[in-house]
Amino acid sequence: MKAAPGLPAAQASALARLSDAFWRHPRIFVALLLLLPLSWLGVVYIGSLSALLLQSFFSIDEFSGLVQYEFTLKTYRELLTPSNFDIILRTFLMACAVTVAASIIAFPIALFAAKYARGRLKALFYLGAMLPLWSSYLVKIYAWKLILAKEGIINWVVEALGLKFLLELILSTPVIGGNSLSVSYIGTFIVLLYVWLPFMILPVQAALERVPRNVLEATADLGASRGQALRHVVLPLALPGIVAGSIFTFSLTLGDYIVPQIIGSSRRFIGQAVYAHQGTAGNIPLAAAFAVVPILIMAVYLWLAKRRGAFDAL
Amino acid sequence: MRFDSKPSLLLKASAVAGLMFLHLPVLLIFLYAFTTEDKSYEFPPPGYTVKWFAATWNRPDVWQALGLSLKVAAASTAIAIILGTLCAGAMSRARFFGRETISLLVILPIALPGIITGISLRSAFNIAEIPFSTLTIILGHATFCIVVVYNNAIARFRRISSSLFEASADLGASGFQTFRHVLLPNLGTALLAGGMLAFALSFDEVIVTTFTAGQQQTLPIWMLEELVRPRQRPVTNVVAMVVVLVTLLPILGAYYLTRDGEREDADDGRKSGNRNA
Amino acid sequence: MAAAVEFDNVTRRFGEIAAVDGIDLSIDEGVFFAMLGPSGSGKTTCLRLISGFEQPTEGHVRIFGANSERIPPNARPVNTVFQDYALFPHLSVRDNIAFGPMVRGVSKRNRYAEASRALDMVALTGFDLRSPRQLSGGQRQRVALARALVNKPRVLLLDEPLGALDLRLREQMQDELKALQKSLGITFIFVTHDQGEALSMSDRLAVVNRGKIVQVGTPEEIYSRPKSKFVADFVGASNVLSPELSARSGGAAAWSSLRPEFVRISRGGHANLSGKIRAVKYLGATRRVTVDVGGAEITALVEANSPLPSPDSPVGLSWSPEALHAMESE
Repeated sequence: MKAAPGLPAAQASALARLSDAFWRHPRIFVALLLLLPLSWLGVVYIGSLSALLLQSFFSIDEFSGLVQYEFTLKTYRELLTPSNFDIILRTFLMACAVTVAASIIAFPIALFAAKYARGRLKALFYLGAMLPLWSSYLVKIYAWKLILAKEGIINWVVEALGLKFLLELILSTPVIGGNSLSVSYIGTFIVLLYVWLPFMILPVQAALERVPRNVLEATADLGASRGQALRHVVLPLALPGIVAGSIFTFSLTLGDYIVPQIIGSSRRFIGQAVYAHQGTAGNIPLAAAFAVVPILIMAVYLWLAKRRGAFDAL
Repeated sequence: MRFDSKPSLLLKASAVAGLMFLHLPVLLIFLYAFTTEDKSYEFPPPGYTVKWFAATWNRPDVWQALGLSLKVAAASTAIAIILGTLCAGAMSRARFFGRETISLLVILPIALPGIITGISLRSAFNIAEIPFSTLTIILGHATFCIVVVYNNAIARFRRISSSLFEASADLGASGFQTFRHVLLPNLGTALLAGGMLAFALSFDEVIVTTFTAGQQQTLPIWMLEELVRPRQRPVTNVVAMVVVLVTLLPILGAYYLTRDGEREDADDGRKSGNRNA
Repeated sequence: MAAAVEFDNVTRRFGEIAAVDGIDLSIDEGVFFAMLGPSGSGKTTCLRLISGFEQPTEGHVRIFGANSERIPPNARPVNTVFQDYALFPHLSVRDNIAFGPMVRGVSKRNRYAEASRALDMVALTGFDLRSPRQLSGGQRQRVALARALVNKPRVLLLDEPLGALDLRLREQMQDELKALQKSLGITFIFVTHDQGEALSMSDRLAVVNRGKIVQVGTPEEIYSRPKSKFVADFVGASNVLSPELSARSGGAAAWSSLRPEFVRISRGGHANLSGKIRAVKYLGATRRVTVDVGGAEITALVEANSPLPSPDSPVGLSWSPEALHAMESE
């Protein structure tokens, strides 16, 4: 290497020479940066995921209860038995319901926070959406256990207002009803919605934040009514945010096993099935096959979302 | 009519109602922490007392669980900060092959339901014959904490004008000097914020933990037991309230740290370096 | 004179696009050199090839005779004043300026003394402890200049450094930069898209278009003898005459340029071309007169107080033979 004129003397140190080498070979530098995180995620995480995936192709011997390490699709066929398929369908429908409800509740909050609130109020709304996102999952569920309990606040309010008959009417609805709110699908739904709603608000808010005000003003200027502006301008612009948020609400609901275990009927969701099969039943292959279902659903969902450009809003 | 003139009453009301829906339930726990009733969740509480705070204070199992949770959160946050920053640093550099795959890989541990991360790790530990211990809990937590630090770091990387690094090199700084004198001071608050959020996330994670813990109880696992089989409601109420307050701090801290960063940028009025090339 | 920077058939491609396309150029030591071109012409890429932030795809960039390819940016005897100034937001003005000396290992006391002297040089005495955020655009620009010059570079690269300043400040900084270059005696390479700036400040300039250098010369040469229509258009509001028009007016049958200030307007008599006045625009001391000469327009700059025929009246346009400059290409 030719010596550069005016080369500083400090350049001779080993560290500086290493720095020069990185400058000359930027790809090696990037590879070195990625080495540690990728070996962590690649080995620990992807390794574990593939191990799980692999096990779903094994089966369990019905008599001995031992895992047979032979390739078979038998375990997947088991997923399609009516009782197991019910679990999948139930979870999928619940995830859809939670996602739809979350987007309906999140939209006005996000719209107000992104486009109307100013200064302190805006900060309040931002924090108001961010705090529950990060605060304790279990505490949130616990709060609802207090609320939905028979002797809890809901029943107290309902009785105080003289609306007990209405609550009983709702609870007597087949399928979604039950003995009390805390053992019904309605209860499960409310708590899941509560727990995952914050994951919807922030992406929608971020998407709306990026809509320039003058686009909205121009819409009004062109004579659009509030409703028209909402339908034709604001909603389409918020859609990538809604899709991004729904990735979270959908995925998190699909895999939740604690909420339906604590608040809900005895009928299982996918998460509970996975938990039960890997635990007491010791049927790891079936647990793995169950776990593959949300992965597949999410893969399809992510693929659809990507085509809609939802990742830019993350 | 101007669109931005004023929000309609309906919008305002539903926004406020939505926020209340998010916050009131948790506030209710604060009320229950003071109730005299210890056998049921009776509302309104028949009376108020502060004796449960002392009772909780004297519970060694709560202290043990809290200690383990703090230890796990600290360790996994440290790992996540290192790995997340390295990853963000690489991604912020020139485009390279496999970029999208890597960002998917980083996001995957939180994009997939926690139970899948949990059960995969559990079966992998079983296969590798790694005994379940504090270490396995940390291993699991760090995996999903990386993305939190990564997101914060990469957002800041995007805001730091690349000409700052060029200016540093131009003034004679080696890559390491640039890292020490330009990158770290500018990235610092974002890393701190990411670290705080990772800490909060790890501190109350329960789904992955149930799969990766052995006999150890973290605070969330302790709470989960109480949720499934309520035995000491008053103590649980107090613990829940303390958890809310403890996680509040790092979240607020992270918010103020990143907000300051945004304000600096706005004040800077830096025009986007519109290169002609 | 020794060459400070040489481009030897340099090409820099970004994917399919050649931002710099086979440039040969030699910049002498101690000159104020301007690179002038529209945005996207590749002039900034040329600068980045010198500073080391880009590598040539083909060819060589030599700095004081040495091939620069293997020398990282931090080891090159050049410093840059960035377009957005790139002041470190986390450091004070003093620490910004002392950054270069700091990474070279100069003691704190000495580097702060150097920083203070550099601030004196750019007329910001006493600004040591301010934050860059507290400065105006012009002040930031001076700090960026001081930060580069404190390292005593042999070549200073300036990337559109005046672009963000308002007109008055820009003119003042032009004079100051020029005076600074004269007193330091080092090479300044100055990238701009403002032809006035390039012409008034530089000793030599290169006009760049689509990754190629279209003409190199002194400002006078470029201004009065543009090689092509592009240069004539870009360097100043020049009249470009088609070969037919040029021949009709008594010149060569080639694309030619004609400076508006060389055109005289008369009422009949001998004239190179005749036509009708279309428009008159007042520019203060002068007036810009647009004359229709049958299918083409010629503009002339005339003194504001000279008498003018009324609009639409027939006039004659005349100029001395050397004023019409035949160009090498379209």
